[in-house]
Amino acid sequence: MWRTGCARGCARGMGTTCEGTSAKRMARVGKTYGTLYGTRRGDRVSDTSISAPGAAVGRSARVALAGFASGVLPVLTVVAAILALWYAACVPMNIHGTVNLARQHGFEAMPTTRGERRDMGAFALIAANPVAIAFTWSEDKPRLPAPHQVVSELWVSTVSVAPTDKRSLVFHAWATLSATLVGFVIGTGLGILLAVGIVHNRAMDMSVMPWAIASQTIPILAIAPMVVVVLASVGLTGLLPKALISAYLSFFPVVVGMVKGLRSPDAMQLDLLKTYYASKTQTFWKLRLPASMPYLFASLKIGAAASLVGAIVGELPSGGGQGLGARLLAGSYYGQTIQIWSALFMAAIVAASVVGIIGAVERVTLRRMGMRT
Amino acid sequence: MDGSTTPGTEAGIVTEAPVIEAKKLSLTFQTNDGPVHALKDVNLRVDQGDFVSFIGPSGCGKTTLLRAIAALEQPTSGTLTVNGLSPDEARKARAYGYVFQAAGLYPWRTIAGNIRLPLEIMGYARSDMEDRVNKVLQLVDLEGFGKKYPWQLSGGMQQRASIARALAFDADILLMDEPFGALDEIVRDRLNEELLSLWDRTGKTIGFVTHSIPEAVYLSTKIVVMSPRPGRITDVIDSPLPKERPLDIRDTAEFIDVAHRVREGLRAGHGDDL
Repeated sequence: MWRTGCARGCARGMGTTCEGTSAKRMARVGKTYGTLYGTRRGDRVSDTSISAPGAAVGRSARVALAGFASGVLPVLTVVAAILALWYAACVPMNIHGTVNLARQHGFEAMPTTRGERRDMGAFALIAANPVAIAFTWSEDKPRLPAPHQVVSELWVSTVSVAPTDKRSLVFHAWATLSATLVGFVIGTGLGILLAVGIVHNRAMDMSVMPWAIASQTIPILAIAPMVVVVLASVGLTGLLPKALISAYLSFFPVVVGMVKGLRSPDAMQLDLLKTYYASKTQTFWKLRLPASMPYLFASLKIGAAASLVGAIVGELPSGGGQGLGARLLAGSYYGQTIQIWSALFMAAIVAASVVGIIGAVERVTLRRMGMRT
Repeated sequence: MDGSTTPGTEAGIVTEAPVIEAKKLSLTFQTNDGPVHALKDVNLRVDQGDFVSFIGPSGCGKTTLLRAIAALEQPTSGTLTVNGLSPDEARKARAYGYVFQAAGLYPWRTIAGNIRLPLEIMGYARSDMEDRVNKVLQLVDLEGFGKKYPWQLSGGMQQRASIARALAFDADILLMDEPFGALDEIVRDRLNEELLSLWDRTGKTIGFVTHSIPEAVYLSTKIVVMSPRPGRITDVIDSPLPKERPLDIRDTAEFIDVAHRVREGLRAGHGDDL
């Protein structure tokens, strides 16, 4: 399993470098042979076109461009497309608000009565007020904030405000992240313990999994407030209730992945240890656990993202407290859509960072285990 | 149970007791399509220092017999003893090393680490481990490869490493289940030659499953010819070939004679199947 995955990765990596260098070399070879043995070019270089004068430069430039195209260009294209779509969507989404606002400030806008404007379609309203288009991207409380508004809000609330300030997104992100990490650790630990139990104990094998699956079918939004309220009534507030909700979401992928991973050694591997008269403990530490590592990391990545969702959901019922969830809630109370979107982006950045760190740990761990990554 | 009759197999002491003995051994697998008689009334005696090959077509129970000796399968009836013990007791006494069809090395352990695996499990002293690892690496001609990972080695080298792993601890029986089945002819010839010299140097008793007639004849002192449905022994041939066997012994009349007898045995066993 690791092998195919890794081999593919390697092949891809090597393929691109080889292509670049060998193409250049071949072009060089082709040129010399082209001048020396005009007719025998084809024998040496299969692609005769590259032996044309100046081909070496052209080819390598093309290769470099191809490398750029296969890496950054598609990403930029997609980002640009998303941004264009986003700006375009802002116009019909915000046009009603923009025109209303313009009327309030005494500008000319068609039609004149609020009721008429409300009954009008977004595109008809745009057609009636083309001047308003530019203003749909700079409203204070737009239905859909424009990208630059979100970015500037992100910038202001992370860089211009001290991280200890309640208006700082860094402050709120840390409140969420700390609960996420605690919950992730609890969830991962619990998940691994359950998986070990399921693999080694028949009763647990038969009974735990259905419950684990059932636990995930209950909407977390329904449970979270109860957990928060119940724990608050026994005096537990702050980080722990959020961490528990976070653990509740993150243990599941770890259980599923680790059960699969701990069972990944085949019959022959287990027979081999049987011929050594190895104990169950030895089988676990020497075979099952190392064999499960790739599965564990895959689960951890899913679990980390789920943890963050759990922590954010856990912050919603607390209302006006700390964390990205509280920020989202406050934003929606006061119609601060820009604040909501910047909190959402912050959450995405935090999640991506955590998953990225796990990926880095995975690469280092598997490489130290001698596996090709 | 007199478990203290430990294998009297130390150098010099040639005991009369057989190393492996099967009497009227039967093994039936219960499947959804009804019972499958993998082994039926198998009688066999293997003595200290024998090199026994089990040969037969697929489904003749040769692997099952080897697995029964290793206590990886439970016989349905009859008796089977290994070093005078039941197979399971022999397994717990770590009486044999087992080499599987695939090398089955752990990808996360180096070659030396893989060979160390049984030693770690059996609780050998750390200082002893290094000596043993080096010794068996030399034995299978893999010196200098201890720090490599399995994927850095060819299939033949991996299989040699797995043989080294089975030799690392003090078992005087080596059970091999088609260890060279997946390798090409050239590598297989070479490993056969090495296996013979290894057997000569270590004096182990070897049980070797194969479906290659030349391999069986070249390696063995005793060839057990088996036939399928139900799995049974049709012939046991004590090889007249000398212990010293260069590869070109395979062109001698004696060798061809034995190979012929094996082929006859296989054909007879097939009966009206073919």
